[in-house]
Amino acid sequence: MAERLVIIGAGMAAGRLLDHLIEEAPNAFDITLFNAEPRGTYNRLMLSPVLAGEMGYPEIVTHDDAWYERNGVTCRFGERVEGIDRDRKVVFGQNGEVAYDKLVIATGSSPFIIPLPGHDLPGVIAYRDLEDTEEMMRLGEKHDARAVVIGGGLLGLEAAAGMAARGTKVTVVHIAGHLMERQLDNVAAGLLQETLEARGIEIICSANSKEILAGEDGRARALLLDDGRELPCDLLVMAVGIRPSAKLAQQSGLSTGRGVIVNDQLLTSDPSIFALGECVEHDGALFGLVAPLFDQAKVLAKSLLGQPAQYVNKEVSTKLKVTGCDLFSAGDFLDGEGRECITYSDPFSAVYKRLVIENDRLIGAVMYGDTNDGGWFFNLIRDGVDVSDMREMLIFGPAYQDLAPANVVSTPTPVLAEVSA
Amino acid sequence: MKLEQMSDTSKCSVRSTCPYCGVGCGVLLKPNAEGGIDVRGDSDHPANEGRLCSKGSALGETVGHETRLLKPRVHGKDTDWDSALDLVAKTFSDTIAEHGPDSVAFYVSGQLLTEDYYVANKLIKGFMGTANIDTNSRLCMASTVAGHKRAFGTDTVPGTYEDLDSADVIVLTGSNLAWCHPVLYQRILATRKKRPDQKLVVIDPRRTASCDLADLHLPLKSGSDVALFNGLLAEIAKRGLVDEAFVQNVNGLEDAVACAESADLSVTGLTDEQLTAFYDLWCSSEKVVTIFSQGVNQSSSGTDKVNSITNCHLATGRIGRVGMGPFSVTGQPNAMGGREVGGLANMLACHLDLENGDHRNAVKSFWCSGDLPEAPGLKAVDMFKAIGEGKIKALWVLHTNPAVSMPDADKVKAAIAGCDFVVVSDITEATDTARLAHVLLPATAWGEKSGTVTNSDRIISRQRAVVTAPGDCMPDWKQLAEVGRRMGFKDAFDYEGPAEIFREYAALSGISGGFGKDFDISGLKNVTDSEYDAMAPARWPISDGKQGGRFFADGKFFTPDGKGRMLPVSWKPPAAKTEPRYPFRLNTGRIRDQWHTMTRTALSPRLSAHLGEPFVEIHPDDAAEKGIGPTSLVEIKTPTGSGIFRAMITDRISKGDVFAPMHWTGENSSAARVDALVPPVTDPISGQPESKASVAQIAPFEAAWYGFAVSQTPIKATSEYWTVAKTYAGYRAELAGLNAPKDWVYQAREIFDLKDADVQTMFDPAKGTARIAFVVDGALKAALFVSRKPVAVMRDYLSNLPGEAAPMVLSGKSPADQPDPGPVLCSCFNVGVNTILTAIETRGLLSVDAIGEALQAGTNCGSCRPEIAALIESVQEKEAAE
Repeated sequence: MAERLVIIGAGMAAGRLLDHLIEEAPNAFDITLFNAEPRGTYNRLMLSPVLAGEMGYPEIVTHDDAWYERNGVTCRFGERVEGIDRDRKVVFGQNGEVAYDKLVIATGSSPFIIPLPGHDLPGVIAYRDLEDTEEMMRLGEKHDARAVVIGGGLLGLEAAAGMAARGTKVTVVHIAGHLMERQLDNVAAGLLQETLEARGIEIICSANSKEILAGEDGRARALLLDDGRELPCDLLVMAVGIRPSAKLAQQSGLSTGRGVIVNDQLLTSDPSIFALGECVEHDGALFGLVAPLFDQAKVLAKSLLGQPAQYVNKEVSTKLKVTGCDLFSAGDFLDGEGRECITYSDPFSAVYKRLVIENDRLIGAVMYGDTNDGGWFFNLIRDGVDVSDMREMLIFGPAYQDLAPANVVSTPTPVLAEVSA
Repeated sequence: MKLEQMSDTSKCSVRSTCPYCGVGCGVLLKPNAEGGIDVRGDSDHPANEGRLCSKGSALGETVGHETRLLKPRVHGKDTDWDSALDLVAKTFSDTIAEHGPDSVAFYVSGQLLTEDYYVANKLIKGFMGTANIDTNSRLCMASTVAGHKRAFGTDTVPGTYEDLDSADVIVLTGSNLAWCHPVLYQRILATRKKRPDQKLVVIDPRRTASCDLADLHLPLKSGSDVALFNGLLAEIAKRGLVDEAFVQNVNGLEDAVACAESADLSVTGLTDEQLTAFYDLWCSSEKVVTIFSQGVNQSSSGTDKVNSITNCHLATGRIGRVGMGPFSVTGQPNAMGGREVGGLANMLACHLDLENGDHRNAVKSFWCSGDLPEAPGLKAVDMFKAIGEGKIKALWVLHTNPAVSMPDADKVKAAIAGCDFVVVSDITEATDTARLAHVLLPATAWGEKSGTVTNSDRIISRQRAVVTAPGDCMPDWKQLAEVGRRMGFKDAFDYEGPAEIFREYAALSGISGGFGKDFDISGLKNVTDSEYDAMAPARWPISDGKQGGRFFADGKFFTPDGKGRMLPVSWKPPAAKTEPRYPFRLNTGRIRDQWHTMTRTALSPRLSAHLGEPFVEIHPDDAAEKGIGPTSLVEIKTPTGSGIFRAMITDRISKGDVFAPMHWTGENSSAARVDALVPPVTDPISGQPESKASVAQIAPFEAAWYGFAVSQTPIKATSEYWTVAKTYAGYRAELAGLNAPKDWVYQAREIFDLKDADVQTMFDPAKGTARIAFVVDGALKAALFVSRKPVAVMRDYLSNLPGEAAPMVLSGKSPADQPDPGPVLCSCFNVGVNTILTAIETRGLLSVDAIGEALQAGTNCGSCRPEIAALIESVQEKEAAE
């Protein structure tokens, strides 16, 4: 008889875990999948294109009902798990308990809501799921709608660009000196800001929010900055970061820090309970980008099947999914002792690239406007390749490596001298 | 069919003569719709029979007006002709009145037409009363003139080009004919195709392009020619090859042979086998032509070298008959015309002698002039010395660039700069010399002017105007005549046009003929204007007594006793001795696609693409010892001056020798005026400088940064090393400096004069890399590539980008689908090295002809054929090695 496997959460990490399990051992587990959202796995990363009207929701669904049925996965969607009894090895769903032999916690993360006065007013949302997306989409149907986005990071800008594409007048309020300060240097951020401003998005950096003001209808009507400026809005989107959803684990007595603590096999402090995704803390690190989650899913599938596997946290890269804003960031791009920078700037094509090199190895890359070579740079960073021989042409990307050697002087030394030498 | 087309084209084309070397090729000129001139070889001209070299083929690219001087200019300000000419006339008159006739001088050029030359000579010798007129032919042909006069009693080339067709053995000594007179070299190659048994010997310290198809190359030690030819003369005597009948008409045989027999042949550095092989070949047939040029002339013993050659031909009687003779080839289109006119300080006119009172009186009465100077004027080197010493106070320079081309050029430049009154007639103000002038007179250029020139085998050809001169440009003869009239000599200089001057000149040559001289073209003294216009190329003499032909086979010479002269000459080493501080011997010379100081050839993008920067040939062993790599810059120092050149490491050059081209100037390079390195040492008889045997030290130039630049507009560099060349899209430059500027963008804006253009950048400060491009309206204006090492970019690809949209220009490389053609090898068809290499490697084309069929390369002038052959050989060697 197959082991009972219960998975709490059907986000992208859980979806990828299922893919691996079904592929490698379709009959090894009797699987029950809980999801608080009333649906299975979709590609959350693609919500922004949906928001922007470039894709429809059905296109971003990765696991539909037919898939779960075909693969014998019992779905408990729209049902929150309220507790775990580790001694009895059962989880308590809103509609009843389910026993497990092995449990996977994949509760993901929650958006961080700044506790400003008025943060709990209607008309204040985060940007996390399809519901949030749909609310923003509906705003676009209203004439002269206004929105304020707090947070000039990846998600905030995607929300802003998506709403702007639907005709909403958007203002982005960002606390740091330039946009996406964790991924971009100020030059790339400046180019990004110019592009977004050209689309009618207002951007205010170095701005501190003071209060969300309520209107007569009780909904949020404006954001007040501490310099006294009032930014009117019909919807306020807070996109200032995420926090691991570790409450369930914590309540169940599992070891937690900022997230659910897991070892290299993604095992929690309970030998029957694993965790993965944005809810975990591994070696002090938290996760918010998709690539490490997929790595974790691969490792966890092996761990569940009793195969040796080890999760190693690797370099990540970032891409902003706003059409027309090609942006790529990977590794560490800050200046520092012993670090050398190569920069490329082409204001005519709005292309900017910056590579950071330490000990002849590429450790960081920021690119704006032309990110085609992002993957190549990312691999160089990840693999720690010695780039000293390719340094002169490095920033021009793979297409310009290993081309015919150039002549280095205007006298044809290579011709006659070589011939006679 | 082909003939018909030919004559059709000929009908609407104008026949003229190429303005470069002394071969004197006929060209067919046709003004085109763009305001330029289409140029083709004239198959009816006896000098070239339709062939043209790369330079001649590119003439059309050099007739634009972008660098032209269009108005007279006095003290930097444009003015009218009257003001300028009045000032010149008055200043020369006043200077003569105050300081005497010898306080003024003319420095003229083998690029003047005969008519210009004639008026200049008449004005200064006849009416200013001084013989202070010398010409850049002093740097080129003076030793031959002196050698000819010593041996023949007259400055006359005995043979004709046809002798090259029938000779059994052709010897090139001190002549890189393949690059410097390519059409003659191609003529020899064409003969060898028909007559494979014709032998070619090259005597040159360097293994030049002329050696590639030679049967024998003798890499003799610089300056040892006299010993080599003395060895030959001794061998001639030993083998009993002295022509006893002919030498009845020759004095000095015994002394010359005795002197030759005592020669120490070891100074040549040649092996016994090499010497014997050469002597055997020379002795094997009567039909030997010995071609000589600057390697012989530009020497402190240049005249002796010439006579060591004439000795051998006189002793064997191999002179003036079909297929034999000593043959001087000249470097300028009208060096010969200048010699005939008498435009040198030690000549009178038409082969008449300054020192001869009867000659002077005859000329004086012909010209109705004042007394003619009785003594020679100052030869070029002494002339500029006198200018530097303030003895010459008014100087008129016509169509030459002594601030670049004279030995000790820095001092000459300073001398000109310090002269009280300097007039320069030229077609451009952009020369090192013109920039020093008080008065600049805009002259008509080739294509705009009419007159005659004489080539190396005594053929007088017409140059004809086919386009209208721009601006206020005036022919030189007219400038000179105007000044003559304004100095008060109205009748003597009342010329209507060149035909009238030519008739006067031909008439004067009749007087010369009357004195028994050989130069007599009095048969043309009555040509009408229309006959002059239609005049076909003709070889002098042209008189009632003689028409063309060869000289001296009859044993009649022009010495006082009518006999030829052999001279006892001995080897003398070059004046400068190598020593531990200066261990190298610096040779200088021409390259294939440039001419003189590049005022015209540098206007042609394709001619500028063959060798794009000043270079120095260094033997691999010497380079290794000095730490000089294949892309290094090299600083050459001589006791006279210094310069910076790109290393070209090659065993074409002998160990201990270095070679640098003579062409680069202050207009297109920072430190490559090679004559600034050459000491003002001259041949005691001819006064010709020893331009090819300076002593030098070499060391790598340790630049902190290297740069390469392309631009649509002129590039104004200020770094320690820079050189600029023309491209189809604008300009390209090589740069290097000792200190890297802090702000490269600011520096680049200065270099390109682009204060406000938008900029695209790539920086790697830790490695000293900077790449900067300026873009205006989406098109590339200029780009600069900087590195701590010589910049590795696709230069020839980048050179074509200015003016186009080039978003990836800073990569320095062409996209994979646009191959880099590489440096131009075939200038005529603009075919690059990489294109040819690709064809050899991928299409298996293994002969020069196959390459020509596929790519056209080498099928016009043929001067790149040796280089194509070398490329094929290199690929085959590489493949064999693999």
